[in-house]
Amino acid sequence: MANTQLQDADPRDGAVSSRPAARRTKMAARDVNVFYGDTHALKGVDLDVYEHEVTAFIGPSGCGKSTLLRCLNRMNDMIEGCRVSGEMTLDGRDIYSRDIDVVQLRAEIGMVFQKPNPFPKSIYDNVAYGPRIHGLARTKSDLDEIVLTSLEKTGLLDEVHDRLDQPGTGLSGGQQQRLCIARAIAVSPKVILMDEPCSALDPIATARIEELIDELRENYTIVIVTHNMQQAARVSQRTAFFHLGSLIEMDETEQVFTSPKNEHTQGYITGRYG
Amino acid sequence: MSERERGDGTMATEHIVKAYDDELKQLSNMISRMGGLAENQVATAIEAVVRRDNDAAIETIESDEKVDQLEHEVDQFCVRLLALRQPMAGDLRRIIGALKIASDLERIADYGANVAKRALQLNQIKPIKPVYAIPRMGKLAQEMIKDVLDSYAEGDVEKALDVWHRDEEVDEMYTSLFRELLTYMMEDPRNITACTHLLFIAKNIERVGDHATNIAETIHFLVVGGPFSHGRRRTHDGTVTIGLDIDADSS
Repeated sequence: MANTQLQDADPRDGAVSSRPAARRTKMAARDVNVFYGDTHALKGVDLDVYEHEVTAFIGPSGCGKSTLLRCLNRMNDMIEGCRVSGEMTLDGRDIYSRDIDVVQLRAEIGMVFQKPNPFPKSIYDNVAYGPRIHGLARTKSDLDEIVLTSLEKTGLLDEVHDRLDQPGTGLSGGQQQRLCIARAIAVSPKVILMDEPCSALDPIATARIEELIDELRENYTIVIVTHNMQQAARVSQRTAFFHLGSLIEMDETEQVFTSPKNEHTQGYITGRYG
Repeated sequence: MSERERGDGTMATEHIVKAYDDELKQLSNMISRMGGLAENQVATAIEAVVRRDNDAAIETIESDEKVDQLEHEVDQFCVRLLALRQPMAGDLRRIIGALKIASDLERIADYGANVAKRALQLNQIKPIKPVYAIPRMGKLAQEMIKDVLDSYAEGDVEKALDVWHRDEEVDEMYTSLFRELLTYMMEDPRNITACTHLLFIAKNIERVGDHATNIAETIHFLVVGGPFSHGRRRTHDGTVTIGLDIDADSS
């Protein structure tokens, strides 16, 4: 017993590791480059978006995060002079392949924008719009079902059930944004892309959307672009930091906000750099 | 971007919001000040034992309040920073680290006060020989505090880890003093009172070393961002067994 020591144990063991188990890649980008005319907006980006997770894209203005988001459902196709190279897949299928129906693709990969943009139609018709053009409902009651379920999922149904025939534009900003999310999920997308979905909303409406994002994660895969880093920290499981068109760092959100590996990330999220 | 991450988890470049930088600097200063006080508490307490100096002992006991007060200020300041600045990454680690270090320093100062209280008792009775080990042990622990505070100020992980490893020496000294005191007590039961006080003093100093290693680990977290993984150095809590062993050896 010569070397036995007498000190009390200090409770300093017990490392914590909370890495989720099996993950499945829902969308993947491989060596994606985007040019707007001569401007090289996105430089060789490789990343994976995992199923049933919220992935946040952060970075200063002009860093390419929205560009990448728009590439994920080919919104950039509509921008003149925009050229995309590299590979992007949804469930392993190349979304830029010739035989892809872009309209169908955008139903699978829905999008919610910064400013709530309901159609100048009734609340009901806003949500029914997608299912109608995609022929998802055979009967009126099918359609009702889709509309009500979608509104229900966004927590809007209780608030608007007695005025479904009123214009969507008459709702509050937060309600309009949830209406837009209901409209996106009415066509049963696999992925929902959100571009600054809360930047026009007050803190309470923002909290509702964040809560909704967390609930939607169970059935969908979500990618969110946000300037609000606390929001990225609150809602996402993984965070990607972009700077000058490059993906600088992508990791577990917890890791990125407590111990980022890259000094650019550190500078940006601690407010030293913008 | 050219900023280099400095040792203490901060970056060479400043925040866009200048007041934030000032606050973080102020926090580091508070910790340094608190550290200086705690270090001094341990030093005067050991003086009180070694020189049988009641005045030093009383001074130590009375000054403990200052450290408590500072810890309270650090806590409040950190809560304020967390609420108002929503710190991230290195800044977050720096603030959490300050909270933890302040609590370790407060404990260190408490141990100083404990030693001083024992000194008052010891000074009333005849000195015994094993007291010679106290200044050596105390010096080691004090150096650990001093170096760990330096490593905090400089953000020097290597230095912090060096302190971490030195704790073993303090532990060994404690163990050997423990054995020696046991022998003394067995030799002459009249030594028991003095030896018991000395044993508590040694234990307190040993705990100071432990808290210095805690601070070293916090500094590692501050700078590197992850916990310090280490193999367990010691088998713990062998007190009873050892007591029996020594009984067996000496019988």
